Amino acid sequence: MKVKVISRSEDDFTRERRQDLQKVFRNLDPSLHPQEKAHEYVRALNAVKLEKVFAKPFLGALSGHTDSVSSMAKSPRRLNCIISGSMDGEIRLWDIAYRRTICHYSGHKGPVRGVAVSSGGDRLVSCGDDCTVRLWHIPTSTGGEPSSVGNDVAEPVATYQGKNAFRGVDHRWSSNIFATVGAQVDIWDHNRSEPISSFSWGTDTVISVRFNPAEPDVLATTASDRSICLYDLRMSTPLRKVVMQTRTNSVAWNPREALNFTAANEDCNCYSYDMRKLGFATCIHKDHVSAVMDIDYSPTGREFVTGSYDRTVRIFTYNGGHSREVYHAKRMQRVFCVKFSGDATYVLSGSDDTNIRLWKAQAAEQLGVLLPREKKKHAYLKAVKERFKHLPEIKRIDRHRHLPKPIYKADKLRQTLIEAERKKEHRKRAHSAPGSVPLIPARRKRIVTELE
Amino acid sequence: MAIDLQKQKAAGNEKGAQQQLLHRKRKATEIEQSEYGKDESQGLIQAKKYIRGDKVSVKGIVDKKLKGQLRTKERLFVESALNAAKVEQWLLPSEGGYLEPDGIEKTWNLTQESIVREVDISSSKKSFDLKLPDLGPYAIDFTSSGRFLLLGGRKGHLAILDWKEARLLTEIQVRETTRDVKFLHNELFFAAAQKKYVYIYDKKGVEIHCLKSHLCPLKLEYLPHHFLLTTIDKAGILRYQDTSTGHMVVQHRTRLGRCGVMRVNPYNAVMGLGHSNGTVTMWSPNMDTPLMSLLCHRGPLTALAFDAGGQQMVTAGTDGKVKVFDVRKLQPLHSYFSPTVARSVEISQKGLLAVASGSGIEIWKDALVTKQPKPYMKHRLLQGSQVQDICYCPYEDVLGIGHEQGFSSILVPGSGEPNYDTFVANPYETRKQRREAEVHALLNKLQPEMIVLDPDRIGTIQRSAIENKREKQIVAKEANLAGAIASGKPVPLKKKTKGRNKSSKRHKKKQDNIISERRAVIKQQVNSGANFVELKTPKAQEEALPRALARFSSK
Repeated sequence: MKVKVISRSEDDFTRERRQDLQKVFRNLDPSLHPQEKAHEYVRALNAVKLEKVFAKPFLGALSGHTDSVSSMAKSPRRLNCIISGSMDGEIRLWDIAYRRTICHYSGHKGPVRGVAVSSGGDRLVSCGDDCTVRLWHIPTSTGGEPSSVGNDVAEPVATYQGKNAFRGVDHRWSSNIFATVGAQVDIWDHNRSEPISSFSWGTDTVISVRFNPAEPDVLATTASDRSICLYDLRMSTPLRKVVMQTRTNSVAWNPREALNFTAANEDCNCYSYDMRKLGFATCIHKDHVSAVMDIDYSPTGREFVTGSYDRTVRIFTYNGGHSREVYHAKRMQRVFCVKFSGDATYVLSGSDDTNIRLWKAQAAEQLGVLLPREKKKHAYLKAVKERFKHLPEIKRIDRHRHLPKPIYKADKLRQTLIEAERKKEHRKRAHSAPGSVPLIPARRKRIVTELE
Repeated sequence: MAIDLQKQKAAGNEKGAQQQLLHRKRKATEIEQSEYGKDESQGLIQAKKYIRGDKVSVKGIVDKKLKGQLRTKERLFVESALNAAKVEQWLLPSEGGYLEPDGIEKTWNLTQESIVREVDISSSKKSFDLKLPDLGPYAIDFTSSGRFLLLGGRKGHLAILDWKEARLLTEIQVRETTRDVKFLHNELFFAAAQKKYVYIYDKKGVEIHCLKSHLCPLKLEYLPHHFLLTTIDKAGILRYQDTSTGHMVVQHRTRLGRCGVMRVNPYNAVMGLGHSNGTVTMWSPNMDTPLMSLLCHRGPLTALAFDAGGQQMVTAGTDGKVKVFDVRKLQPLHSYFSPTVARSVEISQKGLLAVASGSGIEIWKDALVTKQPKPYMKHRLLQGSQVQDICYCPYEDVLGIGHEQGFSSILVPGSGEPNYDTFVANPYETRKQRREAEVHALLNKLQPEMIVLDPDRIGTIQRSAIENKREKQIVAKEANLAGAIASGKPVPLKKKTKGRNKSSKRHKKKQDNIISERRAVIKQQVNSGANFVELKTPKAQEEALPRALARFSSK
């Protein structure tokens, strides 16, 4: 007869020396792993609870300005610095890691309204209420050492005088061209003291401007006549305009999707549009309770951060109707500008209390270098949370965020008002002749008209 | 496709054409029909066991994002199943045991001595006898890794052994009748069902706990994923005790009398009890009544076993039958006849059925799904000592037998799973690994509320309570209405012919007879006489009092 019995030699299954790793054998047969779904559910529940335990998003504040921070700019070439302009005319270049100012740029005689960095990372453009546009030089980073602490006060490389106060500036993504807005949209070159061209549509003030990172010739502006206007540098006239019911404070282009942009509106919502079809919004992002002041996309194009007049900073997914995360601090007042860092890990918010706060984009993330085992574990827990996030116990813990009382109450009030309006309209429609009260989808409701 | 190829060939791009062909082919066919060879098709068959659940059809879904996501997920599931099958084919370190007879030899004729002679030295050492004749029939248990063995003699002899190295860890004499012993989550703790209470002991033999709420226990079972110790006692009360927090989870009165047969179904952690009226009931801590009750035998049950996948259940009764049931469908599959009553039944990791009756043991191979005419192996104990308890050693081809004269272990080729998973059970565990495993097990501990008959339902969507309530209300209303109409069916109208028979009046009467639900309910109440305040007429009151006192009656 032929007989064989399971016989294992201990040498094959244990380690040889003490400095070796222990041997691990896997058998993926499902009969050896009973109740896997229940185990995964328990792991998801524990992971979601631990996420709340480790959610400490606030990292630090950059303080030094003496008046509220009105605008911020990040360099496309460096990850560790941020430039901020404040209402007292001072512009500072910060080293984020050491929370220190590298360089002061003083010269503006009134509030600085906009700052922008050139695509080469060496020139800074700023504009203000004193009708000037100034160009400054940004010192290059010196390897791994902390940049020399700024008591440098730099002189502007160039100062260009304009006729009216400027409200915003943005730099083109590939060449030495930047745009300023105020009374009209002006396109400038670094070396010319007069704008090389101007656009205008209507007589209202243009409030903000953004160049499209993926389509370098396209820019979007917002004006105080509640419109968002699109321009193309290659054409002599503006492209098109969409007028909404309330004013848009800021616009941000999606770096991954060339033709999509999101507008931060005064009516507490953000509206995402496709440039080609401005007749309706592709997505409405609701959660703020007061006007949304600024918006910036993450370099991944999958998230964006908004700062609002209601003293909170919210992070939304690009196609999500509600926010994924909300950050607030007792000492943080009205948030006027926000920026997503260049590596999509941090979020910076400049606010009325003269500070720029640094937050983590993922509140429970472990920063720094992770071991491969840690990375795998994080990836596994993320997948397992994703699998079970719809179940009530886990959903409740995942959704839970603490909000300051005034904002919580304001949100509740808003919900009752919206619900009341909705019910009223529903009843009106129910008791009128069919078709007399048209059903306008929410995506179109806020748009008054689209103009060519 | 052919025209495209011709064009490309004409352009001189033959390589591109071939690539396009492969690309199209891969796109058009399913993975199962693709360019796999025969060897790999075997792998595909093996891959089927790694696919959990049915494929979700995406045809009816309108939402494009969801459709795309589901398609990607299904593709990933198939790929991961194929990868797991490849791992099984190439990466597993050990191979299973087998027994192949030569010529006219039959496997059931082969004795343990002949098998032990043929195998290697280390395996031959695994078949041994411990002669312990004084202290009663022995109940036995192995740890989940198969390394440690626990013996519990009827007269109170408790011992833990590292049986592969023949090393005694601890030995104590508790001087009381001990009916059953069980390891807890690892070899550090074990429970003994003694005369009056359940006691928990340490690896060194120190008594740690005396569970006074468990009275006269007969059998013990341990649920390792939930850290629950289950006992059944003479009064038929089933008790669940959490050994990690120490509190009693629940006590169920089975109300079916003394029950001495208890087994846990490893697939879903449901307890199966065998009763003296021939029924097997399934219990979970969440329900006071059994989840399921199945009439199996004509007479009391003597043994019960579940297979590792939770598909089949084997029961033995005093009627001499050993029956195999399909647990999922609750159907009997087939039954075997054993001349002596089977004392103990056990199913190994690889599905080998061991039936112990009297002093003999029969092992049946592939006997669960199909009925086998002959057993795989037979063994008879020396001196006719009666078998008390049998237990397969996990991850080894060994069957442990606790009997009147002590303990024996026999070799059963092909019964154990050759490849263990380090994170499930590790026979070569170091102290550090044991500690880490304990912590991980506690972190992943399941709650008793998760014990359900179908463990795949965890994580599925349940219709919301509001929807259910609404539906119930609608159904109840309809039922009420139907009942009301039935009870209030109109009496056939009499045609009065004394001049009071206007057609309009008749019509009005007919309308009135369409009784509303409320009136029907009230009518029912009136008829039954419940909750109805009787109006006492003044006349009735007056009649109650004698006439002389009429002036004192209240109006």
